[in-house]
Amino acid sequence: MTARSESLPLRKKRKKGRTPGPVSPGPAEGAAAQAQLPGLRARWRVIAAKEFADHVTSVRFLVVTIVLTLAAAAAVYSTAGGLGGVASDVSGEPSVFLVLFTGQVGDIPRFTNFITFLGPLLGIAFGFDGINGERSEATLPRLLSQPIHRDDVINGKFVAGLAAIGVILLAVIGIVAAIGIIQLGILPSAEDVLRIMVWFIVTLAYIGFWLALALLCSIVLRRAATSALMALSAWLVVTAFLGLIIGMLAGVLSPVPADAGEGSPQARANLAMRVNLGRLAPNQLYEEATRVILDPRQRTVTPGLATDSQVSGAIGGLLSLDQSLLVIWPQFVALIAASAGTFALAYVSFMRQEVRA
Amino acid sequence: MAVAEPAADRAMDEQPAQAASAPGAPAIRTKGLTKRYGEFTAVDKLDLTVRHGEVFGLLGPNGAGKTTTILMLLGLSEPSGGAARVLDLDPARNPVAVKRQVGYLPDNVGFYSGMTGRQNLRYTARLNGIDKKVAEERIERLLGRVGMTAAGDLAVEKYSRGMRQRLGLADVLVKDPSIIILDEPTTAIDPAGVTEVLELVRELARDGAAVLLASHLLHQVQEVCDQVGIFVSGKLVASGPVEKLAGQLGSGPMEIELGAAPPLDSVRVAASSVSGVTSVALDERDSRMLIVKAQRDVRADLARALVQAGHPPFHLRRRGDELDEIYRRYFSAEAPPTAGAEVPA
Repeated sequence: MTARSESLPLRKKRKKGRTPGPVSPGPAEGAAAQAQLPGLRARWRVIAAKEFADHVTSVRFLVVTIVLTLAAAAAVYSTAGGLGGVASDVSGEPSVFLVLFTGQVGDIPRFTNFITFLGPLLGIAFGFDGINGERSEATLPRLLSQPIHRDDVINGKFVAGLAAIGVILLAVIGIVAAIGIIQLGILPSAEDVLRIMVWFIVTLAYIGFWLALALLCSIVLRRAATSALMALSAWLVVTAFLGLIIGMLAGVLSPVPADAGEGSPQARANLAMRVNLGRLAPNQLYEEATRVILDPRQRTVTPGLATDSQVSGAIGGLLSLDQSLLVIWPQFVALIAASAGTFALAYVSFMRQEVRA
Repeated sequence: MAVAEPAADRAMDEQPAQAASAPGAPAIRTKGLTKRYGEFTAVDKLDLTVRHGEVFGLLGPNGAGKTTTILMLLGLSEPSGGAARVLDLDPARNPVAVKRQVGYLPDNVGFYSGMTGRQNLRYTARLNGIDKKVAEERIERLLGRVGMTAAGDLAVEKYSRGMRQRLGLADVLVKDPSIIILDEPTTAIDPAGVTEVLELVRELARDGAAVLLASHLLHQVQEVCDQVGIFVSGKLVASGPVEKLAGQLGSGPMEIELGAAPPLDSVRVAASSVSGVTSVALDERDSRMLIVKAQRDVRADLARALVQAGHPPFHLRRRGDELDEIYRRYFSAEAPPTAGAEVPA
């Protein structure tokens, strides 16, 4: 297994490493115990492998995949249908294929909006009972009494959750691409594929935040139901109410006089305040990154904030992938930081927690 | 003879032999081990030694600090003071090395309910880095040893608690530990199962393992332990071989429970006439019994006298020689007002 092959080079470095070799079955306690292969660094992989197997065979995996696939198919089907009607017009456009992901035709939200909206649910679904599930099954003391470090458990669970989410996302992206290819009859260019791959990684960072948050809930809260409820409320607040709250906050911090016009400095300052406050939430970071990475025509993450002088005289053109990446780099780093920070919080609270309790 | 004399039995076949086979090196040692949660002291300056080839019974009521002690021995909880050494390793600093050699059966052990018993054991084997082929053989052997071969491929959610407990024992042994810590291993098992489990514990110790058995079920522990420690409110109030413990407590006049064919008044007269008897009183816990206090073991004389007086005894038992009695005495010392209320069956 991978766990073992991984351990081989390690053994030389570790002082505690025991000599490898065949393990004698019998009850010769000390000798057999010593001959058991160590490879401690690989232990989180064992946990991750088991958790991943649990995830992909679980009902929730099936349900989440079906829901997401239906949403994606509906969005893309309508977009593709709309595009098909105007195929002659868009044939000159670059990256028609990417429009499948970002384009909106009719009432059905675009695919990327679905992901922004439903992505957190994926993270919550695979994290909310991570630790308290072990507690309610009374498996935690037994698991922790095995020769593993305590963080192997939380690391393994996070990686397994992220892997399960990655599998679902890839499947959905595959379905979207397939529908697009069949409906539109065009193949993605190499750059399209690369952009989608980058977007996939950004999406993982975004959902990773929610997964870490759900894991944190599962550590702090004893019951899985409470933990799920808590994580879902956080999601609801961020998706539904945060816009309102930020609007009010921006109104207080950077008020717009009633007589100020639309392009007035006050209005602009208010908008900037709103955007910056919104960036505290991962959703807006993710939306901004998505918009730029999947659309080479986007030159800034905040088109609304560009001043006239910045826009005037600009020649319409396309950004290459590396330029798009440069534009979203702060968003990408911030998303990673949010995920890592939340995970660190979960990690620390798990390490400090009593095994019983 | 219909007279109960369990202590005598035990002294014959178990204690001397075990005392002789104690040269095993210490497997677990603690010195002044302490755990405090804020103001509350869960474990108070515990000194403990468990040797290889020995079953040590840690006896105490629920909440005495047994599990806390075990968690500290495994490095799963950090001591507030004192030190523990498991196989000469400090579990607080080197928990993984300790856990590689210590098998732990938690109180009310749990398994992943969606997986079969065998799958659960396989997972444990993988976590211990045991070679796949070796693990399969060992799991097969262990399932047989705990009588779970048939149920091995059943999902754990279909198991009874007793089955889960057996699987737990197999799970502990998967890593082939040299120290075995069992927390309440006999709860929830039927009497036949208890006997099997205790036999297994005995075997493991005979094979050289050090076994630490935490329990509140005295009779069971008594049968199988070489050493016992009585653990109340975080303190080890007494420890040693069961016999010695009884001796420690048996100071002062000996007390004998006496039940005989009524009327009790004339039984009392007959008993009082035996030489060495200092007093005969009615047992306040059971009105059909008498408590005879004597300076020496007068049981044989007492029986003879009663038979001659036409009151053959049906119950004649020395008090304080059974662990139960020792245990009860310590608890009554802890909580004097309720002491009279908890009458043993």
